[in-house]
Amino acid sequence: MKRKIVLLFLCLSAAFLETSFLDYLEIASIRPNLQVILTTSFALMCGVKSGMGVGFTAGLFLDVVSGGILGYNALILTWIGYLAGIAYRIFYDDDIKTPLILIAATDLLFCFYQYMTTFMFRGRIHFFFYLKRIIIPEMLYTAMLAVVIYQLNFWINKKLPLEGRRRAPGERI
Amino acid sequence: MLVILTILCGFLIGISIVSSGSSSPIGRYTGIVTAPIQKGLNRLGSFLGSFSSSLTDAAALKAENEELLAKVDTLTAENSKLVLDKEELERLQTLLDLRNQYSELDIVAAHVISRGSGNWFNTFTIDKGSADGIKVDCNVLAGAGLVGIVTSVGRNWARVRAIIDDDSNVSAMVSTTSDTCIIAGNLELIDQGTLSLVKLTDDNNHVHVGDKVVTSSISEKFLPGILIGYISELNNDANNLTKSGQLTPVVDFRHLQEVLIIRTLKVYVPSEETPEEKASGLEGWIDIELPGMETEPSSESASPSA
Repeated sequence: MKRKIVLLFLCLSAAFLETSFLDYLEIASIRPNLQVILTTSFALMCGVKSGMGVGFTAGLFLDVVSGGILGYNALILTWIGYLAGIAYRIFYDDDIKTPLILIAATDLLFCFYQYMTTFMFRGRIHFFFYLKRIIIPEMLYTAMLAVVIYQLNFWINKKLPLEGRRRAPGERI
Repeated sequence: MLVILTILCGFLIGISIVSSGSSSPIGRYTGIVTAPIQKGLNRLGSFLGSFSSSLTDAAALKAENEELLAKVDTLTAENSKLVLDKEELERLQTLLDLRNQYSELDIVAAHVISRGSGNWFNTFTIDKGSADGIKVDCNVLAGAGLVGIVTSVGRNWARVRAIIDDDSNVSAMVSTTSDTCIIAGNLELIDQGTLSLVKLTDDNNHVHVGDKVVTSSISEKFLPGILIGYISELNNDANNLTKSGQLTPVVDFRHLQEVLIIRTLKVYVPSEETPEEKASGLEGWIDIELPGMETEPSSESASPSA
């Protein structure tokens, strides 16, 4: 229960930070994507179910706070939580390299989704321009910020009660 | 679980697309709660931003202060002269009945409190809403020119789509010749600080680079005569009928803090008419047309021989 409340609070604060505070951290008018960092890190640390839960909640809060189409971000973040959750069975979560690569990859996925749904269908087909101007910078910036935020999430995850957390290595099936 | 959540998301997307425009009840009520939080966070951010910059420039500020004090003296003298000039100007304006168009509009100021999510769109939220008389389609200005339009509104917040947004299209005209064009936001031009200008009809080649572009009088939603920017590039289209190019806006969209919202909405005539008026108008039209049409069956009225 405590775990759920903390995760809910994380999702909510991520949504608020993303829409107001991050303005002041913009580099070349590019903002990092907190939702992807949050979803992917908890999916990697806790598995498919938690990843999807966090992704859906974080996305829904972002939709509500930013006033876009409800469920638009929730959909892709649920899928990101699912895909990153698969890695839970394959990788350990205490080495920073795996989450960084995974977060960069999922952010790329997120950007492709946004480009496809909002720009390509309106005839904006200069994909390489958008790749160079928005997608790659966002990916790099998100990965950079993830170095800090993943450690924070990792620490929070360790502090939280055990339910659904990664079992000790000896217990792994 | 994945399937359930996906279906749920699809369901929500469907609902919000169907009920878009007039913001959905969920968005309307959550906005009331979220707007104050965003306002606080935004203030914190701007405080930290100004704090960090004040640390770096402390030395420079001292020198600048002395310089500015000297400037204040000269400006005060200049100001008193200008106040006199202004009074004279106002007297003459009322005399000529040439009052500035903006001064008659009902304007309210607001702060920008949050941006839309992600890096793809240029929308933002302001801290005034329907409680302050703001409605959907209100025009938004900043300083000299047009910023955007209100797309949805709640009790204490309103969402604005900037004209540099990739989704934005503004019906505009060149102020010197009244030739109409469309000013469309384009993400590909954002780094150059320009907007794209398309479908300019300029048969006589009177429009030049540097000309002023204002909102057109035939726009459905924008009040006429609001300054948008200046033409910075102009080319002939392949069809040789219209021209397109680029326009430099007068507003600095990167550092938007305060905006002005015009509470006066553009009066769009068809929606103003009551059904009876519309019907009677239609009848009148038929009455006029019928005598000429009597010789021809109505189905062939489109042919030129008639």
